Amino acid sequence: MRISDKFDELKINGDGALIAYVCAGDGDTTGIVHALIRGGADIVELGLPFSDPIADGPTIQASIERALDAGMNPDRYFEMVKGLGVDVPLVVMTYYNLIFKRGLERFVKDCKDSGITGVIVPDLPPEESGELGGYCEGNGVDLIFLIAPTTTGGRLEDILKRGTGFLYLVSRLGVTGARDDVAGSTKEVLDRVKTDKPKAVGFGISSGEQAAEIIKGGAQGVIVGSAFVDIIASGQDVVRRLEALAREIKSSLG
Amino acid sequence: MNKKQKGKFGRFGGQFVPEVLMPAVKELEQEYERFRDDPEFKQELDYYLKDFAGRPTPLYHARRLSEKYGIKVYLKREDLVHGGAHKLNNTLGQALLAKYMGKRRLIAETGAGQHGTATAMAGANLGIATEVYMGAKDMQRQRMNVYRMELMGTKVIPVTSGSQTLKDAINEALRDWVSNVEDTHYLIGSVVGPHPYPTIVRDFQSVIGNEVKQQIMEKEGRLPDSIIACTGGGSNAIGTFYPFIADTEVKLFAVEAGGSGMESTDKAALHSASLCVGEEGVLHGARTKILQDPYGQILESHSISAGLDYSGVGPELAYLAETGRIKPANTSDDEALAAFHELSRMEGIIPALESSHALAYLAKVAGSGELGEIVVINLSGRGDKDLETVLEKGAL
Ligand SMILES: Cc1ncc(COP(=O)(O)O)c(C=O)c1O
Repeated sequence: MRISDKFDELKINGDGALIAYVCAGDGDTTGIVHALIRGGADIVELGLPFSDPIADGPTIQASIERALDAGMNPDRYFEMVKGLGVDVPLVVMTYYNLIFKRGLERFVKDCKDSGITGVIVPDLPPEESGELGGYCEGNGVDLIFLIAPTTTGGRLEDILKRGTGFLYLVSRLGVTGARDDVAGSTKEVLDRVKTDKPKAVGFGISSGEQAAEIIKGGAQGVIVGSAFVDIIASGQDVVRRLEALAREIKSSLG
Repeated sequence: MNKKQKGKFGRFGGQFVPEVLMPAVKELEQEYERFRDDPEFKQELDYYLKDFAGRPTPLYHARRLSEKYGIKVYLKREDLVHGGAHKLNNTLGQALLAKYMGKRRLIAETGAGQHGTATAMAGANLGIATEVYMGAKDMQRQRMNVYRMELMGTKVIPVTSGSQTLKDAINEALRDWVSNVEDTHYLIGSVVGPHPYPTIVRDFQSVIGNEVKQQIMEKEGRLPDSIIACTGGGSNAIGTFYPFIADTEVKLFAVEAGGSGMESTDKAALHSASLCVGEEGVLHGARTKILQDPYGQILESHSISAGLDYSGVGPELAYLAETGRIKPANTSDDEALAAFHELSRMEGIIPALESSHALAYLAKVAGSGELGEIVVINLSGRGDKDLETVLEKGAL
């Protein structure tokens, strides 16, 4: 499913999108993805683990390490995604070296063939993204860019022009990781980024309350990662708790 | 490639960093452009290099070594720079730049502690708060260097993620920078990382090659036939080579750590020879040669010398190797150890294990005629820091 179709569908109902991140290969990924979708996740962002994840905080780093130790790799990743059998948009989040090594064209084709319709690469700024963007466009895959509190001026305009699917607004300076509050910079970024494309806010969201505040602030979606990964890391009652947290957050987005 | 792209060396280099950092690397690029030729900045840096760091360093004719190998061997004595290695050339330059930029805090990564120590020196001297990320494993192995940094008021932060070594310390420093980019300068220790770092560090280290050029002309009235430098990230190598790039009759040898063998296991290479056998990829913000597995996961590297123990290499060196201007080579742990002992005994100079790799290359190929008649070896550091490692090897 294309990401834009999902946002169109949500718009009709006046709903905000819950975009759930987990790292593939950490735990029973298929069971985890299905639990998130049952709980109400509209889009699933599946991390493809890389050995040196510089944009991630300790929670997701640890998840990536567990996934790598368990043997996750790009071949297995695409194989697993193919077998998921879900009808929400799937997005791959990974670092550029894994894409580069596989070959840009082959990577995007693998995405398309396995049902992935979006790519997020936190260490690939728009300036370096021309070639990957070309393959994405040719294969019906969205290339999703991040916008930080520090992104301004001509660079912001460039990202707004290039980004497809949705715009990933980073709510604060820093790496991924769950926080209790909503950063003051969030509202400021939301106001500043003027676009027709859907805006989703990520980095630090862990509760329905925070998520509701962000949707009220003008976002079309929230991205939640570390809060789910914390549950996976605990190993306790994982599937039920993931579904419950997804439901709690999703129910606050209406 | 028809036009030279800013921040690229051929197709190598670039700025592969999280969006949060893009404005910071752009700012650094602009500020460096602004200050690099600023007379006041240059004068102040020259002052620190001379009176604080002890430059210029001598170009020393190693007489007994020359006799043994039948080649005239000159050693560029970076081991005599304050702190015991070339690292201070760069940290003074960047710390001063940070000061001109109005940054209030320096962060750095360190492997064995050499760059961390040099950063601590510059930070203390210029009065800028300094924090250094160091792998928890490295902290245990290098307790004295940790203490040295602490003595100079630097906070050393243990890194417990990943392999707990240099590449993870870089990851962690980048994460810190992502969170504190407004008031913090990331003082990277080699010609690696996103543009403009490879250029900035090269320029600050080029003082080595500029001095060599002047000194060899005074002593020999001509350029050397070859220059040899050890190569981890590549800062002492490019700093020595750079002023000679256009002098194509001078052969330039970049000697990497061959470790305990040129093979790799699943997660680790037994060496650190990314120029020699690495594959193209993107690590720590730049497209370059990297030790990686078939999927692109970064391999841990190995060397007896902590300063060469890195999975990547500067993008400009990757480019110069590809064009054939520099020749990548490697020498093993054992060859470096032998060279360490040889220089100590024959010249009364205890070299750093890093620099010993460059010396070992002399021993390895001197007989072949490849080096010509006059060779300059950059003695990037002194070996006092390595005595424990050498003792463990049960040497002598
Ligand atoms: C004495 C010495 N030589 C060489 C190096 C390697 O660094 P580079 O390749 O950047 O010169 C180090 C790094 O710590 C060092 O301490």
